[in-house]
Amino acid sequence: MSDIQTNISAADVNHVDGHPGKVILRTEGLTKHYGGVHALVDCDFEIRKGEHVAIMGDNGAGKSTFVRQITAVEQKTSGKIWFDGAYRDFGGPLEAREAGIETVFQNLALADHLDVPDNLFLGREKVLFNLGPFSILDYKGMREATLRGLEKTGVKIPNINNTIQYMSGGQRQCVAIARTATFHSKLTIMDEPTAALGVQETAQVENIIRTLKEQGEPLILISHNMRQVMELCDRIVVWRRGRVCANLNVAETTGEEVVAYITGAKTQAQYSSAA
Amino acid sequence: MSDTAHGIGGLTFDASKRDWPPEAGVAIALVLITAAFEILGRMLYGESFLFNTREGVEGLFNTQRLQVIILQVSIIGIISLGVTQVILTGGIDLSSGSVVAMTAMIAMSFAQVGDINGIPNSRAVFFDSGWVNLPVILPVLIALAVGLCAGLVNGAFVAYTGIPPFIATLGMMVAARGAAQWWTAGQPVSFPTESYAAIGGGMMPVAIFVGLAILFHLILKYTVYGKHTYAIGSNEAAARMSGINVRRHKLMVYAMAGLLTGIAALVLSSKNLTAQSGMGLMYELDAIAMAVIGGISLQGGRGSVLGTVLGALIFGVIISGFTFLKLDAYYQEMVKGTIIVGAVILDQWRQNRVAKKM
Ligand SMILES: Nc1ncnc2c1ncn2[C@@H]1O[C@H](COP(=O)(O)OP(=O)(O)O)[C@@H](O)[C@H]1O
Ligand SMILES: [Mg+2]
Repeated sequence: MSDIQTNISAADVNHVDGHPGKVILRTEGLTKHYGGVHALVDCDFEIRKGEHVAIMGDNGAGKSTFVRQITAVEQKTSGKIWFDGAYRDFGGPLEAREAGIETVFQNLALADHLDVPDNLFLGREKVLFNLGPFSILDYKGMREATLRGLEKTGVKIPNINNTIQYMSGGQRQCVAIARTATFHSKLTIMDEPTAALGVQETAQVENIIRTLKEQGEPLILISHNMRQVMELCDRIVVWRRGRVCANLNVAETTGEEVVAYITGAKTQAQYSSAA
Repeated sequence: MSDTAHGIGGLTFDASKRDWPPEAGVAIALVLITAAFEILGRMLYGESFLFNTREGVEGLFNTQRLQVIILQVSIIGIISLGVTQVILTGGIDLSSGSVVAMTAMIAMSFAQVGDINGIPNSRAVFFDSGWVNLPVILPVLIALAVGLCAGLVNGAFVAYTGIPPFIATLGMMVAARGAAQWWTAGQPVSFPTESYAAIGGGMMPVAIFVGLAILFHLILKYTVYGKHTYAIGSNEAAARMSGINVRRHKLMVYAMAGLLTGIAALVLSSKNLTAQSGMGLMYELDAIAMAVIGGISLQGGRGSVLGTVLGALIFGVIISGFTFLKLDAYYQEMVKGTIIVGAVILDQWRQNRVAKKM
């Protein structure tokens, strides 16, 4: 444990971009193999309180894999994770969520046969009396909170008490986003949150992200939308074939440069192993 | 806020045009099947299936038949309440029938009388140990414990080893049947105490079935346990990502099914006044069939206790109807099989139809 302690303080000293907040999440050598597929290789990543960091990269670059490792949806092959000042080895998604990581997964993680409030509160239902597993559900409370949460996304849903099975991609995505927006967290992760959204819904989700920024809540945003990333984020980390190949301050870079890193035309010196 | 009671974002919603719940379809099937027997009975024998036609007897309905219909399905119905929950999670439990036998044998051996009309009941399992005429609470607790343990073993295998529920519970099906025979080296266990016999006497099985059905209807609809049961069956990965402890929940669901099977064993052995290692044969299939006929989707995530109760009633009506029409038992089995397959096809068809409408 002692070298782990040392590493935390080291992390606080050597910040790359001079952002003032304390490190909220840091990974070191994070690696995930699926059999022979090296989806994520030796990834060092850092995000500070109040910071909004974008992760960009082609499809299959390993972005979602990274999300699944830090949220402990999957067990990492190797590597270390620090969260909120402590070395953490989450046993599963519940532990990560309880520690304060809220995630919009790319596959959205919704249950088709449940309705909107059920999905929003899945895994942490509001209850009237606590009787352990047999706690009585507070349907009314969950309904009202759901309406408030969805209001923020600007989504249109005719009946939130219908099962979400046949809702459009955008409606489902808004349900997943409302879920993260409803619960306060220490770190929010959104994996391609606006991929299925229309113009208006995208604008609303971007507003949610701006609100997070104002409240000083850190965010990892995975997106292919250059304009969105440039507008909403402080920093862009570029992923290529499972490795980080660039770490760029938005203020000091351009869209063309980011694309050059994504396509492999350029690689930063410190990430030369990714070339 | 929203401009309708249910909707959000300016879309209106006409609550009067909501789809019928799937249970409505099952209820209609129940009515149609009953009507068919009524009509056939009047055509073939000039007798009524449901109504009271006897001279000098009060009442509109043939109460005796109605009682038989529900009485004959209530014990398997109790099992079916547990099986329903297992299927809702996307699993299956093939062990119920054998667990009934094992539980009944073990529990009943602690419920035997010491003497029959003054003659010592020396064939009682624990006669030599003097464990006869025990208070009824003991065999009751033992039955619940044995059922619960069988369910826990099922659940532990399903949740923590990743072997398919079909295989795990198939193993239990064989093992529990073996245990039922081993317990008394194949001898039946008879002569229970009066208080034990009272558990399943008269219409008690019906009362217990209905009581448990109401209880589990409420649990599945209004508690976190119920919500997680549906969520796991609907999308297990999503349930896990949302922080539900899927393994622990599955363990609980299978344990609950075991517990209900234990109750069924108690009621059945008490009603029959005997327990035999061969009892409960194929009960698991009948219990699954009741659930499936009642609209519980074998893929998990869809269905309700109300549906299962209606499914059990359809089952009861068919058995009584065939007896009423003096048709052979072979036909019963064949028709039962057809109805089960029909119910599964109907479920898939319903899914496709809703999908097309959107
Ligand atoms: N469960 C899995 N088994 C095998 N390969 C996987 C699995 N999940 C992801 N991969 C592979 O890992 C690589 C990275 O995937 P992913 O992280 O989803 O990429 P993206 O950057 O588009 O989110 C891809 O080549 C993908 O095919
Ligand atoms: Mg992805």
